[in-house]
Amino acid sequence: MSNALPARAWATALGAIVRREAYRFWQQRARLLSALVRPLVWLLVFAAGFRAALGLSIIPPYETYITYETYIVPGLCGMILLFNGMQSSLSLVYDREMGSMRLLLTAPLPRWWLLFAKLVAGTAISVIQAYAFLAVAAGFGIAMPWYGYILVLPALVITGLMLGALGLALSSTVKQLENFAGVMNFVIFPCFFLSTALYPLWRMAESSRLLRDICAVNPFSHGVELIRFALYGQINWASLGWSLLAFAVFGAAAVWGYDPARGMVRRKG
Amino acid sequence: MSLAVTDLTYAFGTKTALDHVSFSVAPGQFCALLGPNGAGKSTLFNLLTRLYTTRGGRIEIAGHDMGRTPRQALARMGVVFQSQTLDLDLTVMQNLRYFAALQGTSGAEATRRCEDAMDRLDIADRAGQRARDLNGGHRRRLELARALLHDPAVLLLDEPTVGLDAASRAALVAHVHDLAATRNLTVLWATHLTDEVLQGDRLVILHQGRILADGIAGEIAGDRGLQETFLALTGERAA
Repeated sequence: MSNALPARAWATALGAIVRREAYRFWQQRARLLSALVRPLVWLLVFAAGFRAALGLSIIPPYETYITYETYIVPGLCGMILLFNGMQSSLSLVYDREMGSMRLLLTAPLPRWWLLFAKLVAGTAISVIQAYAFLAVAAGFGIAMPWYGYILVLPALVITGLMLGALGLALSSTVKQLENFAGVMNFVIFPCFFLSTALYPLWRMAESSRLLRDICAVNPFSHGVELIRFALYGQINWASLGWSLLAFAVFGAAAVWGYDPARGMVRRKG
Repeated sequence: MSLAVTDLTYAFGTKTALDHVSFSVAPGQFCALLGPNGAGKSTLFNLLTRLYTTRGGRIEIAGHDMGRTPRQALARMGVVFQSQTLDLDLTVMQNLRYFAALQGTSGAEATRRCEDAMDRLDIADRAGQRARDLNGGHRRRLELARALLHDPAVLLLDEPTVGLDAASRAALVAHVHDLAATRNLTVLWATHLTDEVLQGDRLVILHQGRILADGIAGEIAGDRGLQETFLALTGERAA
């Protein structure tokens, strides 16, 4: 074993990291339940209450009037991906504090690949949760075209990777587990509320031009729109481009954050 | 040399943690890195395992320069960290297989290596037991088995006996000495406990980021004994 590992070994490590994450998720099945409860409360309580208050015009990708519940389903998928992306990063901070991160980072593979493998593992779990939510929503009569459930997969993956990379980049800056809760509050809530998850851009523009512009550049908005259009068999090219760009930027920030020359692990772990 | 550290320097801001440290360890040699708390042992280990990098100095593992070919160097190295790095929710076998995969080994070959590693450390009967349910001694044995899984040329152990009872500590010290002798394994064992160092061991004493002594333990200790010599060199008094 005197040379660097072959490409097959990279795939072996990726598979192991994904399996480990899936196994942990399986062991913590309550996580799936809690991941579903949050968006379902929004869907079945919040949306029902606001249905009358928030009238929606016909906007792409919709070709007819839709109920508010239908409108917020893609945003709630995004919410699942956002929360799970942050939760995966939280587990990274935990691993770093507990020391098990060292094992991963001393593997004879490029560090960016190891981080990417963690990202893929977290995204796989996120996508499973998003599909579980879509299934429950369909059970309550909020269904999409059948082909939308297939075509939404790449949109969920891209958005999951983008939000996971954001969490990964943030986790590299957090010294202690306790500090992460604050970061989550400063990231999750602004990301979610300053987006198109709950209301379309034109609705936001009615109240504030500035808030509308913030929503328009928020990468989370683009992830949500990518999902929304994919659920109706369409591609929102602008959102696809923004999401991929944001993934590249957040991913580069994460690789930079975990660069050994910066001594990320010197903080602890 | 299996392990060579040349002119290694590292600082946290203005505080120098390692100051032009140089030493080398031959194949099959057990080298104890002895130093009090804060001597720079952990910083040195973080550099040896590439958790930190520095431009000040050079590290070579089994002929591979850590700065130029880090993956080749890491592939030839087994590490037992001071803090526990097991996944407590996984079984003994799952922990080993996970590490094997990180080293690029899977399938029947991974199974064979894991079984061999468990046999060597006498934990085969615990293969299906969760790491959480193991006692401290068995957890350390599992970490050692894992560090040897990919047949490394160099084994690094950073204060591996922390938290172990006297019997487990003695058994671990003896086992790793045996590994060095029988498998031609290069061992770097960081500790602050002089009773873990045998007379014939190679000894490097590190204090405040500098090497104070480098040689055979028995020769450095002389008539005063290692404990006395160590305390005298580092200017510390016995409690």
